[in-house]
Amino acid sequence: MTPVQDGYNFAYLDEQTKRMIRRAILKAIAIPGYQVPFASREMPMPYGWGTGGVQVTASILGPDDVLKVIDQGSDDTTNAVSIRKFFKKTAGVATTTHTAEATIVQTRHRIPEEPLGAGQVLVYQVPIPEPLRFLEPRETETRTLHALAEYGLMHVKLYEDIARHGHVATTYAYPVEVAGRYVMDPSPTPKFDNPKMHMSAALQLFGAGREQRIYAVPPYTPVKSLDFEDHPFRIQTFKDPCALCAAEGVYLDEVVLDDRGGRMMVCSDTDFCETRRAAGHRGAMLGTAPAEIAGEASHG
Amino acid sequence: MTDTPLIEAKGLTRHYGSRIGCTDVSFDLFEGEVLAIVGESGSGKSTLLKLLANEIEPTRGTVLYRLRDGAVRDLARLSEPERRLLARTDWGFVRQDARDGLRMGVSAGANVGERLMALGGRHYGRIRGTAADWLGRVEIDGGRIDDTPKTFSGGMRQRLQIARNLVTHPRLVFMDEPTSGLDVSVQARLLDLIRGLVADLGLAVVIVTHDLAVARLLSHRIMVMKDGRVVEAGLTDQVLDDPADAYTQLLVSSVLAA
Ligand SMILES: Nc1ncnc2c1ncn2[C@@H]1O[C@H](COP(=O)(O)OP(=O)(O)O)[C@@H](O)[C@H]1O
Ligand SMILES: [Mg+2]
Repeated sequence: MTPVQDGYNFAYLDEQTKRMIRRAILKAIAIPGYQVPFASREMPMPYGWGTGGVQVTASILGPDDVLKVIDQGSDDTTNAVSIRKFFKKTAGVATTTHTAEATIVQTRHRIPEEPLGAGQVLVYQVPIPEPLRFLEPRETETRTLHALAEYGLMHVKLYEDIARHGHVATTYAYPVEVAGRYVMDPSPTPKFDNPKMHMSAALQLFGAGREQRIYAVPPYTPVKSLDFEDHPFRIQTFKDPCALCAAEGVYLDEVVLDDRGGRMMVCSDTDFCETRRAAGHRGAMLGTAPAEIAGEASHG
Repeated sequence: MTDTPLIEAKGLTRHYGSRIGCTDVSFDLFEGEVLAIVGESGSGKSTLLKLLANEIEPTRGTVLYRLRDGAVRDLARLSEPERRLLARTDWGFVRQDARDGLRMGVSAGANVGERLMALGGRHYGRIRGTAADWLGRVEIDGGRIDDTPKTFSGGMRQRLQIARNLVTHPRLVFMDEPTSGLDVSVQARLLDLIRGLVADLGLAVVIVTHDLAVARLLSHRIMVMKDGRVVEAGLTDQVLDDPADAYTQLLVSSVLAA
């Protein structure tokens, strides 16, 4: 492989490290939802920046891939921009903000609104991979609980939520059961996105750098959000459509407009929103919203 | 009831390196029977209890246990899943220190409901209803169901442990000094409660205590331990009223003197 820039191997990691990570990925795909340990490498960015996801992406990236990177739902945040730049520089791959054009989407928090298709790979940056951690801090014990599929503790957590708040208040990192076997933390995506994981045509890979774990949901795998019979899983709903593109049934972020309480609800998935506006969809505040929010559909 | 024992301990021995935890203990325990293990601190009571509950491995000896379906199994031969299932369905374990037996960070209701959820309970309302019912049975005010045990008194914590264990209707409960460290009046109330529940539910109990009065109040049979060995065993009243062994005589008289 020819170095793209002097001093770097393709996609930064050396080939031996990539092979090691690919073996972990293959194992993860073979055992859906199971956390495979791997020897996480130092990356030229802090842990909080998604080094697990970056290592997974680096290991599966080929010269012909087209990469999209999002943070929350946006391609524009510092984190997303620097990871995209990192791979442009170290691998020379094409990048995009359009979900449909990407072969690999690396994400923190969101799953794109536009359904992913066969052949696409979604790489998640995971801070805390262990769903049982909250109630069982002992690593040896959580391993046994996974091995024996003893997941009662997950429901203890949900029980506590309902007892305290009257409903399951967990809105992010909402635990799921994968392929009827392993319980997995899709952290830190909003539970709104959980149903998108179910039977997705895309391959979903999860990398936790600091915790040194990789796990996976292969294409067309059942993913079920945990719940109680009398408190069934529900996703968040939003009263009004997106103020910019009028989309309904999508995840919205609240944007504060001024210090007088002015606010608007807009798509968290910026590419989805811009694509809709370009196609002529107009939300209630499209004409009046400040330019830095409405923006224009241009990205580097 | 059947005439096959629930537990059959044979030659149970446990060494900690060169130190002896307990040695060559054999006995039978029948369904509905309460056995007290008494002796001074360090005499091997807790070691024996952990051996019976399959929490530590014996150096020598076996424990046979009769499952609900009547099959008699060597505990050492159970698989890990079988062992864990047994421990959270057919057994209870009330610890001396409630912090070892409860989840201090979750509510009383969840503490009681945990076993139900571990066994596949997925109806919040029913789990909560059962938990509330059990809190009532151990005399904890239903208004405390959403409070964590951190806010409970010592006596309440022990009662919560009991509820948490009994919710699956086990046949056998291990107790390690469940009343020690509590005020005398709190102890009396707890003992009363345990006695009532044991009788109502027909529980078999192995209770470790250094307090002969506790043994007298709760147990049908007693085993006196010294330096890891059983020095005397028999019906509780007989042993305490008319001890045959010199050490037991000493133990009984020191209690009478106290
Ligand atoms: N984990 C351990 N490691 C080493 N020695 C132990 C351990 N547990 C108990 N012992 C020793 O075994 C003996 C019996 O202890 P234990 O069963 O705790 O007695 P009791 O419960 O009657 O106070 C004591 O000499 C004790 O020091
Ligand atoms: Mg002890």
